[in-house]
Amino acid sequence: MAEKVLMKGNEAIAEAAIRAGCRHYFGYPITPQTEVAAYMAKRMPKIGGTFLQAESEISAINMVYGVAGTGKRVMTSSSSPGVSLKQEGISYIAGADLPALIVNVQRGGPGLGGIQPSQSDYFQATKGGGHGDYHLIVLTPDSVQEMADLTALAFDLADKYRMPAMLLADGTMGQMMEPVELPPESGCTVEKPWAVTGTNMARKHNIINSLYLDPEELEKTNFERFERYRYIEEHEARCERYMMDDAEYCVVAFGIAARVSKNAVSALRKQGIKVGLIRPITIWPFPKQAIAEAAEQVRAFVSVELSMGQMIEDIRLAEQCRRPVTLCNRAGGMIPTPEQIMEAVKRLEGGNA
Amino acid sequence: MAVVFEKPKSLTDVQLHYCPGCTHGIIHRLVAEAIDALGIEGRTIGVAPVGCAVLAYNYFACDMVEAAHGRAPAVATGLKRSLPENIIFTYQGDGDLASIGMAETVHAATRNENITVIFVNNAIYGMTGGQMAPTSLPGQVTQTSPYGRDVKTAGYPIRVCEMLSTLEGPEYIARVAVNNVKNVRNAKKIIQKAFENQVAGKGFSLVEVVSSCPTNWGMTPDKALQWVEEKMIPYYPLGVYKDKSASGEVE
Amino acid sequence: MTANILLAGFGGQGILFAGKFLAYKGLLEDKHISWLPSYGPEMRGGTANCSVIISDDPIGSPIVSSPDILVAMNLPSLDKYEKAVVPGGKIFVDSTLVGRAVARTDVESYCIPATQLAVDMGIPTLANMIMVGQLIRRTRAVSFEGLEAALRKVVSAKHADLLEVNLSAIRAGYDLA
Repeated sequence: MAEKVLMKGNEAIAEAAIRAGCRHYFGYPITPQTEVAAYMAKRMPKIGGTFLQAESEISAINMVYGVAGTGKRVMTSSSSPGVSLKQEGISYIAGADLPALIVNVQRGGPGLGGIQPSQSDYFQATKGGGHGDYHLIVLTPDSVQEMADLTALAFDLADKYRMPAMLLADGTMGQMMEPVELPPESGCTVEKPWAVTGTNMARKHNIINSLYLDPEELEKTNFERFERYRYIEEHEARCERYMMDDAEYCVVAFGIAARVSKNAVSALRKQGIKVGLIRPITIWPFPKQAIAEAAEQVRAFVSVELSMGQMIEDIRLAEQCRRPVTLCNRAGGMIPTPEQIMEAVKRLEGGNA
Repeated sequence: MAVVFEKPKSLTDVQLHYCPGCTHGIIHRLVAEAIDALGIEGRTIGVAPVGCAVLAYNYFACDMVEAAHGRAPAVATGLKRSLPENIIFTYQGDGDLASIGMAETVHAATRNENITVIFVNNAIYGMTGGQMAPTSLPGQVTQTSPYGRDVKTAGYPIRVCEMLSTLEGPEYIARVAVNNVKNVRNAKKIIQKAFENQVAGKGFSLVEVVSSCPTNWGMTPDKALQWVEEKMIPYYPLGVYKDKSASGEVE
Repeated sequence: MTANILLAGFGGQGILFAGKFLAYKGLLEDKHISWLPSYGPEMRGGTANCSVIISDDPIGSPIVSSPDILVAMNLPSLDKYEKAVVPGGKIFVDSTLVGRAVARTDVESYCIPATQLAVDMGIPTLANMIMVGQLIRRTRAVSFEGLEAALRKVVSAKHADLLEVNLSAIRAGYDLA
């Protein structure tokens, strides 16, 4: 086993990206993700890679679009307001079927909001975010180890399905340090015959494009893309089930909310309350199957979120109104305590839900 | 029989969609001729803008990327950083380059990004049907300046070459026109120079091409070319505004 | 065993550094650990705090909201976090800078004149590590053995000269009865 090192979540993302073969990073400073850029600024010049501090998040994502068009692994990172600015480019990347990694270390919103951790970009990340019909593969790490592991996975999935992937973290995940075993060196194993690399006068020109002036053609492209999305929904949904075997109540939470929820679940178990946790590791595709199965088993769900309640809608869609789903949340950069989550579960029990 | 005139090899055999009398066709040709002359088609990647030239990706035979509105220099930066041995050019209009994409333009220039930018200035938004552009002349009537561009409320037209040439970064900044044979010949030379600079690794080279838009100006093609001569060129004087190598500046 | 440690003080007192040292010390002892700093404008001279958890078991939340161990290196930190400490917990106070005693009677409190001691020792910036030494003595959250290996992880190679003074600060704190 490789040696475990102590790293900040943001640094783990950067190092894991480099190990996954990413040699191009474009960003713009914003709290609380700046360590990603700082790490890249230090490392990329030493390994023949590109670190470029762009003039704006808009430019950064379009530089990503450029590199992605050449078929190489590329990423950008930002935090909520900056990711809003990137949405135009993300839509183009999705529309041109390009793989790329976008990291969002979320902070409270809307507007300039705050700089403390949040999960209120859930809708933006999972429902599209920019204009048009599209999805990103959205991975939600809950530890520094997963910041690294899911970064590598995000590159692989993006290449495999020719679409942008997002690592959706939050300020806590970015700033905290935990021991991490860094993933091994890897790289793209997928052929990319569509990439623009120069024709070398040996083939017809490749065009990276999302413009289809013929509506029938654009419709066809969208239908085909959604066929791919359907396959991804069937095959790539990931979650962790924690103490779910005999659970009568199910807490659903990801990222930092899942970490706090685990404390609550353990404490409730000690009090004899049968509660478990489903932790989505992908929120698009959402682990619908796991929630649907849990709906057969548990009496009620609690969605624990650092937002005004966004994931709760996906839980309701997945459990199909079979069980009550309540919200236990903090917003604006606040984080629920284990006690708050315990009370939310106990309220369900008291109400004989 | 000797062939005396033929289509440049780096243009595809696709019919252009441009309006009659539009000078985009000439400028496409000049770009293609430069690519042919330097023998770089196989390693060239072009970036098309949003605007009239949005479909340029169908016309150039090299690999092409379609960029979002104004973002071509950022996309080109990504391409060049990924493939430093390739030749990357953008082809942009005035709204794309000097309005929505001004930040991308200025910063690519100041980084002396080793790309070639072809900037077509026809003082109007053509694709959307003739709105005021950042380069529309004072008093110019457009759909969104129906009483003529009022500089008190709409500001003054931006002289891109003059502005960019104040930067330390860029290698080469020049303005040409394609309203008569003499100017077309000179434009060909300057555009080729802008590509040669990139091949030689010299850096950011921008050629502004003062162009016409008979359709949206509401003029005959001939009248439009006359308007270029009489109205546009006096406001946008032709010439080389910056040439670092020629002036002995060293990187 | 799990130690939920909250270290708090002014920015510049080495709060995050002290936390990082404890985290690395735990890591080298094969414990599960997490380290979570406060971040943002407060880093620039305002209050700084950091949560460190050192545990034999996997760690749930990295946020220490009810510390077993509180290190308060200024008065605002003691005022803010004294109430949060679990009954039976331990509070360490830099008495040079905190002008009052710990009010709670259901916790163990240790008042160390760390800043004064650091000045006397000619290492005025290392009051934090004196507090750490005392913390180790009183809590055994980490072992007193192998300090140097952990220090090497947090003191960069180019400041290797700081290794010795950090060690002596920790030892001085440890030796305080």
